[in-house]
Amino acid sequence: MNFVRRSHNERTRHGWNGSRIRDAAVLTALTGGIVARLEVSGLKVKRGGRAVLDGIGFTLEPGEALAVTGRNGAGKSTLLRAVAGLVPREAGRVDWTGEDAPLVEATHYFGHLDALKPTLSTADNLALWSKVAGLPGLSAIEALEAVGLDHLEDLPAAYLSAGQRRRVAFARLLLVRRPLWLLDEPTAALDTAAEATFGALLADHIAAGGLALVATHRPLPVAARMLAIGAG
Amino acid sequence: MGFLLALAGRTARLSLGAGGGAFTGLVFFLSVVAVVPFGVGPDLPLLSRIAPAMLWIAALLATLLGLDRLFQDDRDDGSLDQLLLSGQPLELIVLAKAAGHWLATGLPLVIGAPLFGLMLGAGGEAIALVTLTLLIGTPALTFIGAIGAALITAMRRGGLIVAVLVLPFTIPVLIFGVSAVGAAASGLGAATPLMILAALTLASSVAGPIAAAAALRAALD
Repeated sequence: MNFVRRSHNERTRHGWNGSRIRDAAVLTALTGGIVARLEVSGLKVKRGGRAVLDGIGFTLEPGEALAVTGRNGAGKSTLLRAVAGLVPREAGRVDWTGEDAPLVEATHYFGHLDALKPTLSTADNLALWSKVAGLPGLSAIEALEAVGLDHLEDLPAAYLSAGQRRRVAFARLLLVRRPLWLLDEPTAALDTAAEATFGALLADHIAAGGLALVATHRPLPVAARMLAIGAG
Repeated sequence: MGFLLALAGRTARLSLGAGGGAFTGLVFFLSVVAVVPFGVGPDLPLLSRIAPAMLWIAALLATLLGLDRLFQDDRDDGSLDQLLLSGQPLELIVLAKAAGHWLATGLPLVIGAPLFGLMLGAGGEAIALVTLTLLIGTPALTFIGAIGAALITAMRRGGLIVAVLVLPFTIPVLIFGVSAVGAAASGLGAATPLMILAALTLASSVAGPIAAAAALRAALD
């Protein structure tokens, strides 16, 4: 757990909102009084001619996590991709209010695929994603440290294990600060230590006023509302 | 802007790294050039006359060789999702990726062209002009090819189908690339074909990214 504590220090030093900041006034000052809110209503998504999602609606307030549950194939991943705009929406609204940045620039999507290039080192893999739109967060090395992989910064991604790949992919979320995290089975392939790290990072994000929509089969490490889809 | 430059640089590095993209293209270029004398026989005047055309055809084929993976790798490993959420317009992302791809695959062909021109017995002026036309014209091939690369990403097909799709649309580039050399040799002056070639590159640098981005959006699911 040593690396978790160290990464906390890193984050405080670099202005990353650590878990200490829970005070609403501080939060308002940090976000400039802007409070982002996600509202989804009547969402319908078709895939291969079949309606996978129909009439999905929920709201997500700042500092709130929503766990999306459902059996395999219920459309959890599709819901996350539809919110991110990565699949076309057949009907319904996705409203993102209170933020200057449009939804696509305020969203971190953490899907099943790790977006790693096998020939590039882990640090080089992350380098590109620290230049996307959003407030600057940790450097690539600091982000790797936060997920406990700073000793592997020069290793080509081809040599990483499945769990290590997930961790590098998760480090991407720390490079640029974006208020909405869409996480698809974030703890799959993670060992218990990495799961604890992930839990601490997610808790920090929520505590700092961030929003998280998490598709999962396991209980989340933070207090979360539940959204069960595809009943049956 | 920093993101797009980084994306172009990363695309170039990946094309150079994965299976020696630039090297493969250059060796393919050399192979085509080396095969021509065996086909047409050891007739030096004939060879030097057709050298500009052979160099252009070889460069055209070599450019199309590595295009099929331009967007498919990004779709398969999830990078395309992240690119779509980067906050940059997809058209500019395509432009940056095409520019990076050209740096890794097109530019080596331009640099190798003088040597291969010598192998075909082309004259000094012809070699200089072919190299210039390749420098001006090969970006157009990459931009047009990006449309094909995006389309096969949408269709989930691979391999030679890009070349089949793209080849007909590259014929104007080939015509004006070769005719610049011919016009200079016949005393007409190469300026007009060179300017049309530059116009083709500029036009395709706009139309290519827009069309490829539309194809990639259709590929979303």
